[in-house]
Amino acid sequence: MTAEAETHDGEDLTAADTVTGEPETNHGISQDDDAADQDMTMANVGIEGDNVPDIKTESKSEVKLEDLFADIDSDEEFGSAKVKSQDIKPSSSPEAPSSPVHVGPSSRASDPEVMRSFYQRLFPWRYLFQWLNHSPTPTTDFGHREFAFTLQNDAYLRYQSFPTSDLLRKDILRLMPSRFEIGPVYSTNPRDRKTLRKSSAFKPIAKELCFDIDLTDYDDIRTCCDKANICNKCWQFITMAIKVVDVALREDFGFKHIMWVYSGRRGAHAWVCDKKARHMDDQKRRAIAGYLEVIKGGAQSGKKVNVKRPLHPHVARSLEILKSHFQSDILEDQDPWETDEKFDRLLQLLPDKTLNDALRKKWSSAPGRASTAKWADIDALAKTTQGLNATALREAKQDVVLEYTYPRLDIEVSKHLNHLLKSPFVVHPGTGRVCVPINTKHLEDFDPLGVPTVTELLGEIDEWTAPEEGEKEGKSIADWEKTSLKPYVEYFRSFVVSLMRDENDVKVKREREETDSMEF
Amino acid sequence: MIRQEFSRIDPKRRTTLHHSKKQFATPTYKELEYKHRLNFYATPPTADITLEQFEQWAIDRLRVLAELEACSFRNKTPAETAAHMKPLLDKYLPLSSSTSGSTGLHAERQKDHYSHFILRLAFASTEDLRRRFSRVETMLFRIRFQADDARERNAFVESLALDWETVGEEEKRALAKELRDSGGGYPKMIEEESYFKVDWERVPELVESRRVFLKGGKAYVPGREQLSMVVAEFTQRLDKALELTSRALPRLDEDDRLTPILNHLSQNFTTPDASYSSTTSLPGADISARNIDTLSSSFPLCMQNLHRSLRRDAHLKHYGRLQYTLFLKGIGLNLEECLIFWRQAFNKITDDTFNKEYRYNVRHAYGDVGGDSNRRGNGYSPFSCQKILTEHPPGPGEAHGCPYRHFSVDNLMNLLNAVGVKDSEVLRGVREDKEKMKFHLACNRVFEYAHKQEIKKVKDDGTWGAAQLETIVHPNEYFKRSYLLKNLGKKQGEDGSGDVKMEG
Ligand SMILES: [Zn+2]
Repeated sequence: MTAEAETHDGEDLTAADTVTGEPETNHGISQDDDAADQDMTMANVGIEGDNVPDIKTESKSEVKLEDLFADIDSDEEFGSAKVKSQDIKPSSSPEAPSSPVHVGPSSRASDPEVMRSFYQRLFPWRYLFQWLNHSPTPTTDFGHREFAFTLQNDAYLRYQSFPTSDLLRKDILRLMPSRFEIGPVYSTNPRDRKTLRKSSAFKPIAKELCFDIDLTDYDDIRTCCDKANICNKCWQFITMAIKVVDVALREDFGFKHIMWVYSGRRGAHAWVCDKKARHMDDQKRRAIAGYLEVIKGGAQSGKKVNVKRPLHPHVARSLEILKSHFQSDILEDQDPWETDEKFDRLLQLLPDKTLNDALRKKWSSAPGRASTAKWADIDALAKTTQGLNATALREAKQDVVLEYTYPRLDIEVSKHLNHLLKSPFVVHPGTGRVCVPINTKHLEDFDPLGVPTVTELLGEIDEWTAPEEGEKEGKSIADWEKTSLKPYVEYFRSFVVSLMRDENDVKVKREREETDSMEF
Repeated sequence: MIRQEFSRIDPKRRTTLHHSKKQFATPTYKELEYKHRLNFYATPPTADITLEQFEQWAIDRLRVLAELEACSFRNKTPAETAAHMKPLLDKYLPLSSSTSGSTGLHAERQKDHYSHFILRLAFASTEDLRRRFSRVETMLFRIRFQADDARERNAFVESLALDWETVGEEEKRALAKELRDSGGGYPKMIEEESYFKVDWERVPELVESRRVFLKGGKAYVPGREQLSMVVAEFTQRLDKALELTSRALPRLDEDDRLTPILNHLSQNFTTPDASYSSTTSLPGADISARNIDTLSSSFPLCMQNLHRSLRRDAHLKHYGRLQYTLFLKGIGLNLEECLIFWRQAFNKITDDTFNKEYRYNVRHAYGDVGGDSNRRGNGYSPFSCQKILTEHPPGPGEAHGCPYRHFSVDNLMNLLNAVGVKDSEVLRGVREDKEKMKFHLACNRVFEYAHKQEIKKVKDDGTWGAAQLETIVHPNEYFKRSYLLKNLGKKQGEDGSGDVKMEG
C-alpha cells in the first residue's frame, strides 16, 4: 500500500460523503443533483460567451462533449484550412463599406474578409429576425432564442442571445463566425441562465420541428458518389425525401409553414415553423419521427424495411410517389445491382428460393446486365416458378422499392426540442455555398451544384450596374438584389410573411399594412 | 383529534378559520357523490378527514404505487402486472363496481379520491417526483379502466364529456379504405367500427406506431383504441394539475402539521428496488466475519468480484468499500463483525491507519456515527442493481459497479469462468444479454443456472410460488434467495416440514 494510494482514498472518502449525503434526504437531493448536473454539462459545453473580450479558444478535437450535445448537423467537414489563432478585433463599424468588395479568384469562403462582406452585405438579417420573432417588434421569441457560433478557429460559443436583429448582426460582424446555429427559445434569457436560483427555471420551451437528410446515410445504396461528394444523380435521393416528408407533414399533420434548406453540401434540412409545431414537447416530436420512420437498422441489420400489410396510407402514398423515381433514379441512374456481389443483396430481399436460384443463374451468365433488366427479370421468371407465393413476392418488391428510395432521416435531430441546427443562409465552410432555402414548387429544378458560392456572390455585387435612370427612381437596391441570391431571399421573405400572417392575424394585419406601404 | 380540511392548498389558514368560525358558518361544501368507480380526479376533496386518515390513506396508496413501479421496473407485461396487483389493490385500495351493491362503496371511493390528492401534494415538489407519480397513477388508472364493467366504463367515459368528434357515417364510408388500412386491415366492414376525430397530439403513441389515419392534423381513432385515448387524456390532465400544484406548494406553511407528513411520504417514494429491507434475517445462518469466504459463493457477481479483488489486493477503493459494506450489512453482518472483516481484509496496513482511515467510514455506513438523521436511519441502504448500474461507474483500479455492465465481454467471460460458470449455452446467453444492455437478465440467467436443481425442486414441491422467483433486482435479494435455496434441507429437523418460506 503506497502512501499515494492512501491519500487518494482519503480524498475519495470526503467526496463520497458529500455525494451520498444523509440517507433520509438522499433520494430527493441526488435526483435534483442529477438534473443540475445535466444542465451544467449542457451549459459547460463549448465556451462561455457572455464576456466575449476574453475569449478562450478550445479546439474542436479537444471538446468531445460538444460533439454529443451541440453539433449534430453532420454535414460539416471543414475543407478549409483551419485558422490557428485568429485575433478577434471589434469591427470599427458595422455599417456596410461604401467601397466595392474586391474579391479575387483566390479568395476563399473561410477568408475573414469574405465572411465580413457576406454578413454585412448579403445576409438577410431582417427576414431572419422576422422569421424567428414572428412579429415585427422584438419579442422573447427572438430575445430568448439561443444562437451558437462556430468561430474561425473552431471555438464554439453556445447560449448567445440578442434582443434585436441588429445586435445579433453586430456581434456576428465582431466575431465573424464561420457559421452559426439556431437553438430553442428558452424560458428565460439564455445569457441569464447562470444567475437563476433554480436551474429548472431555465429550460427550452419552443423550437421549430426539424429534419435532417444527408446523403451519407445513403452510401450503401448510391453508386455515383461517396462521402462528401454529390452529383445531380444522387441529389435525387434528397428530392424524393423532400417530396415524401413534405406531403406527410402537410396533409397528415396539417402543418403549413415548412421550409426546406440546402445544407450547403450534400443534404437538406426542414424547418417546420407552425406555432403548433414549435411548441411540441419531445414526446410529440418523437411521435412524428416514428410515424415517418420506415427504414430501420444499420449496416449489419439486413432487411431494413418491415412494414405491416395492408400498408398504412402514409406508406402507400409514399410508395406511389417513389415508384417512378425508383425506375429512373435508382434502376437507371444508380444501377445498384450491376455486379454479382451487388445483386446478391437484392436476392437476399426476395422470398422465393427457387426463383432466386433461377435469377442467380441467369444473371451470373450475363455479367453486367443492367439493373432495369434484372428488376424486370424477377416478374418474368416468377411466372414460370412453381408454387410461388405471388403476394409475398409483390410485397417484397415493394419493400425493395422503399429500401432504395424512402427517406433516410437522421431521426435524432427531429426528436428533441433542445437541438441546434445550422441557420439558413450561412455559408458552408467547405464548399463556400450558401445554405439557401429550396422552393418546393420547383423542387425538381433545384441544382445543388448551381447554388451560388459566397465568392461568386460578392463578385456579382461588383459587376452589377444600375439600371437606366428613371426606372427605379428613389428606391435603393439592397446588395442581395444585385446577385443570384435574390430569388432565394425573396422566397424566404414570402415564407416569413406568410408565417407572420398566420401567427397573429390581428397583429400582423396592422403590421402588414405598414410593411406593405413601406416596402412590398 | 386534529381535523384537517383539505379544500385548499393552504391548509393552515384553513384550519384557523375552522376553529374560530366553524360553529357559525354553514358548510359550503357538501360531500361529493361518487357516481363512477373510475375517477379523473378533477375535483379536489371537500370534506373533513382526520390527520390519521390523511396519513393512513396516503400510505396505503403509496404501497400500491410503489408496487406498480416495481412491476414496470421488472418489465412485467400489463396482464402480469394486473394479476400481481390484484391482491394488493383489494387490500389497500379496493374499488367495487356500482352494481356490486357493496355498502362500503362511498368509503372506498372517498379513500381513493382523497389519497390521490394527498399524494399529489406530496409529489408535486420536484419534476422527477411529478413524472414518476404521473406514470404510476396512469398505470393504476389503466388497470382499473380495463377491469371496469363495460357498461359502467362507457357511462364514465360519457361523463367526461371529452370533445371527441364522432366521425359521421358519410365521411367514414368515404375514408373506408384509409381507415381500414390504418387499422391493419380491420374492421372488415367499416360499419363495424366507430371512429373519433381528435387532434393528433392527443394520441401520440398511436401516431408514432402508425396505428391511426391522419388527415389535416386530425387522428381518426377507432373505438377499440378508446383505452389509449382515455389514458392519454388522464395523463395529460394530471400532468397539468401537478404543474399547478407545484406552483402552489410554496404557500404551504413550513410549520404546518401536514408538511412533515407530506415530506415523509415523498421521501418514502424511493425507487422500489432500493428499499430492500436489511432486517430480513436468515434463521440459523452464520453471518460472521470468518464465514464471509464461504458465504461468498452465494453472492451475485458484482459482490463476488469485490470479494475477489479484496482478497487479491488486500484493499478496495472507496466506492468498492461502500458498495460491499452496505451489501454485507444487508445480508445481516453486524457492525462489530463488519469492522473485524475489514480489519482482517486490509492486512497490509497498521491498526492505526485502519482506525484513522477506514473505521469511521464503516461505522457511518451502519449509522453508528454521523448526523442525527443518519443515525436514526441506520445509515445507508444497501445499493440496488439500479443504483449500481447507473451511478458512479468504476474508474481505473476500481472494482465496484456491475460486471455485466462495466466489464468488457472478454473480461466478463473470464470472471464467469473463474467463479465456475462454464456452460457455453449460459455464456452465450449472457453475451447476448450484455449486447442488448439487459444486465438484469444476464445476472438472473447466471442465478438460474447456478441454482438449477434447487429451483426445480421448489417449483416441483410447490413450496415457492412465482412471486418468490421473480426477477432479482437487488444484490441482497440475490444472496437471500441463493442462501435459502442452497440450504433447503438444513432446516428439516426444526419444524419437520422442510419448507423454507420466504418473507414478503
Ligand atoms: Zn452522385
